[in-house]
Amino acid sequence: MIDNLYLLTQAPILGVDLIIQGLFIGAVFALIAYGLALVWGVMNVKNLAQGDMVILGGYITYQATLWGYHPIVALPAAIVLMFMLGWIIYVLIIRRVVDRDMFTSLLATFGLSLLIQQVLNLIYGPEVKVAESGFGDFEVGSFIIIQNVRLYSLLLAAALALAIVIFMKKSRMGQAIRATAQDARAARVLGIDTDQVYAFTYALNASICGAAGVLVAMIWVIQPYYGIVYSIRAFIIVTAAGLGNLPGVILTGFGLGVWENVAGFVFGAEFAVAAVVIMLVAVLMYRLVQLYRVRQVVR
Amino acid sequence: MIITRKHMRTVTAAVAGVAALGLAATAEAKVEGDTIILGSAISLTGKYATNGIHAQKGYEFAVDKINAAGGVTVDGKSYKLKVTYYDDESTPARGAQLAERLINQDGVKYMLGPYSSGLTKAIAPVTEKYKIPMVEAEGASRSLFTQGYKYLFAVLSTSEQYLASSIALAAEVAEKQGKKASDVKIAMAFENDPFSLDVRAGVVDDAKKYGMNIVIDDKLPRDLSDMTSTLTKVKALKPDLLLVSGHSKGAATAGRQIQEMKIDTPMIAMTHCEAADVVGKYGAGATEGLLCPTQWSETLSYKDDLMGSAAQYHSDFQKTYPEYKTVPYQTAQATAAVMVWADAFERANSFDTDKLRDALAATDMMTFYGGIKFSEAGNNVAKPMVLRQIQDGEYLVVAPSKWAAAELRHPRKPEY
Amino acid sequence: MKQSTALDLRVYAGLIAFGILGPILFPDYVQTIAVMWLMVLMAVTWDITGGQMGYNSLGNVCFFGIGMYASAIVQISQFTDVAAYTAAFGAIRVEFTDAQYFTGLFLGLIAGGIAAAVFALLIGPAMLGLRGPYFAIGTLGLAVAVGELVAGWGYVGGGGGISMPVYPGDAGAGAWMFYVLLAVLALGTHLVVRWLYSTQFGLAINAIRDDEDKADAMGIHANRYKTMAWAFAAFFMGIGGAIFGNMSGFIEPLEVAFPTATFGIFMVAMALLGGKGTLWGPVLGAILFHIVKEVTWTYLLGWQWVALGAIIIINIVYFQQGILGWAQDRWPAAFGLTVDRGGAARPAAGEAAE
Repeated sequence: MIDNLYLLTQAPILGVDLIIQGLFIGAVFALIAYGLALVWGVMNVKNLAQGDMVILGGYITYQATLWGYHPIVALPAAIVLMFMLGWIIYVLIIRRVVDRDMFTSLLATFGLSLLIQQVLNLIYGPEVKVAESGFGDFEVGSFIIIQNVRLYSLLLAAALALAIVIFMKKSRMGQAIRATAQDARAARVLGIDTDQVYAFTYALNASICGAAGVLVAMIWVIQPYYGIVYSIRAFIIVTAAGLGNLPGVILTGFGLGVWENVAGFVFGAEFAVAAVVIMLVAVLMYRLVQLYRVRQVVR
Repeated sequence: MIITRKHMRTVTAAVAGVAALGLAATAEAKVEGDTIILGSAISLTGKYATNGIHAQKGYEFAVDKINAAGGVTVDGKSYKLKVTYYDDESTPARGAQLAERLINQDGVKYMLGPYSSGLTKAIAPVTEKYKIPMVEAEGASRSLFTQGYKYLFAVLSTSEQYLASSIALAAEVAEKQGKKASDVKIAMAFENDPFSLDVRAGVVDDAKKYGMNIVIDDKLPRDLSDMTSTLTKVKALKPDLLLVSGHSKGAATAGRQIQEMKIDTPMIAMTHCEAADVVGKYGAGATEGLLCPTQWSETLSYKDDLMGSAAQYHSDFQKTYPEYKTVPYQTAQATAAVMVWADAFERANSFDTDKLRDALAATDMMTFYGGIKFSEAGNNVAKPMVLRQIQDGEYLVVAPSKWAAAELRHPRKPEY
Repeated sequence: MKQSTALDLRVYAGLIAFGILGPILFPDYVQTIAVMWLMVLMAVTWDITGGQMGYNSLGNVCFFGIGMYASAIVQISQFTDVAAYTAAFGAIRVEFTDAQYFTGLFLGLIAGGIAAAVFALLIGPAMLGLRGPYFAIGTLGLAVAVGELVAGWGYVGGGGGISMPVYPGDAGAGAWMFYVLLAVLALGTHLVVRWLYSTQFGLAINAIRDDEDKADAMGIHANRYKTMAWAFAAFFMGIGGAIFGNMSGFIEPLEVAFPTATFGIFMVAMALLGGKGTLWGPVLGAILFHIVKEVTWTYLLGWQWVALGAIIIINIVYFQQGILGWAQDRWPAAFGLTVDRGGAARPAAGEAAE
């Protein structure tokens, strides 16, 4: 660990490289977490199948390459297909668990996550798959190589997030979603079809996941069981950022990507995951201490 | 009173359920009619599933071939082979349970191994306990052969040999270039699991022997999809040799990111290249010059009566399973394990497990996979590990020199 | 009180009878039934905080792993150096005499329980300050972190795992011994837990579930009770982990000792299936879950996880209060009676939302 820190001080360019690569990873995490924050905030559903929907999006990309298309072609397809699938899942499962005890949604989506994994496994087998984008790369200085596909992913993620923000602010449906998130009963009284809103929100999240999956397949590798990696990251980000704090979710996403990369470098790759989850517990504890202070004042 | 009934119903339901479970699975006999039943817990799902399925196909191919050739003759009667499989989900705890189930509930007396050292480590104590011989083809950890197991036989070379040969090769190259072997800097990235750590132990021993300097020693997490931070270190420290081991997903991830980060280490060796099909995924240019240790290669000149030569096996297997462009060694060794069983049945001329154990211990045969002769500890000592290099998209044996089909290309010249 | 005691005694008698007769009638299933008792133990201990106290942990599996590793260290360190033993990846074979093995095992089991309980006491005051989903995710993070840290800890062999001392006696006898240990532990735990719920302690944690702030205001030291309850659960989980580690023979951190995505979630699913917050719900849920799991694993090879996923979804979507919860809704009067007398409260079906 000391050696690695020493190495960082010797060659600060390494640190820059780690941070840049971390930001690229973080962009994808942020996008996935953004979708989770949406369903969690609006309909109080903790979607444990989040990562598996991402991987599903990745397999749509992989299928596109099997048919001879460029993986990026799969992006609109993944968004549309996942939106439809999300709607179906809502009608079959999620509708019945909305507004229930938190474990209901957690476990129902855990079952869903098992289903998605296994269906993918039955169709594509457990082998690791990739989708080659062939976008090339460019060099910054003499050391840092930036993959174009990562850069495009970052831009794409930003564009998607922006589009959703605008959609939420401007469109009728967006306004209805925000109203439902604030007070579902009041929204219902005012004539909003909350069931429709919930279905739309869940489907929207599914298509966000699908889009993220396309990026994941082009940047990393996909496998039916890799969903849990993204689910855990998404939960960590949303929990650490706090509900209803969408800018916080995006910042935390970037932070997590950088932290994971830097921690993997400094502590060794075997402690990267531990570093991430310990950070989560630390953030929760920090908030708790703040809360106690507030309580003390009240007393 | 209502509660009594309810509580009693609870108990009754539980008992009835377990009873149903018990009656439903009628214990199969070890030999049913003219069929000899072998058993195996194998990874059909979970992280080892890729190779677990390779191994299962190897078992099946051997069973089909042996049955087509008339089966196994014991006491003048010919028997067919059949394998009962369970899915261990790549988890050791499940593997041990399933071994118990195969032996206790299904009455299996002849075991084939699971995939991976971790699973074999979990299952071997069980088979040993019941004195059931197990021929395994996929558990290479040398620690399996220091436990004094009497019923465990492995057809493959032990794992500390996997990448150790690349150390010797690096030393050889260094000396050819007029440098000392002790100047060689090594970077290691090994998955944090029993198999890879065992490979690592072999590498560390050999590196120590040459006095080489290990500059990076990272252990990769199991749900590995990104090794950027390790490769950043590699770029900074410029080692002479980079070693990677992490089953198929490790090879797939490393293959992609070595290319993306333009790692210019002159010698890179990694396990499971074939299983991950790195050439198919990333093309011949990006993978040019990677060294891949293998238990077996179809270019080797081994042969036997049933399967023919190694090349013959390769093409026959591809005919049966056309989805394989290159037949991984995991498949070949699984096939060899079944052949060892068939051979032992015929020599023991009996179904008695102790007689079979002795027959297995006395195995000394030549197969398409290589010589098979077990040491006292149960590992195969008649077959060396070979090192192949990817040259223009082909896997060619470069070491040891006795089997070499091509010259080593050094340093590697990939096109990123 | 008297009536429900008599009734519970009958159920215990039934379970004990099954515990003895089951493996005698089906000797081939000793291991399978032993795991069933482990599942019962998991569901019952999870329910102490999850069902009775309203703190839904997703990380109780870390006590299982801590107990397992604590017992491994204690058992091995008595006769050899642990670091050297693990560095050799099991290449060192230690011959234990019978007496050494059993003293080691005994001390190991106790150490497993104590280590887990101490860990719970240490982290409890901090973690239990979290509420609702934050507690669930926080504990999940904790379990993952502990597993990963153990996987990176060279002293215990990291991801390479540890080969446990081998049972010295006859082949089948070991399986029986571990069976008896797990069955006795599961039933014993349930007895202790049942007694616990009948005391003021039980009332206090129920009060915390129903409204923690009010309970605090009424003079219940909520933090103390919460930590104690968690430590109770941890103690029994730790012993269970120690037994299971010895039964498995080979342990490693991520899949045997800290299986967050399987056992960690299963224990919650089992308690929910039977009906959380009831005395017998977790037991019933664990037994049913285990049977379903074993049957699908036997007959639906390759599809077993699909079946399990579907079963969990159907269970959650259509039987949200669990089997006993559903029965309580169906015959409220009958249950209302037991609840008042037995002191075990009716589960707040659906309303326990955070």
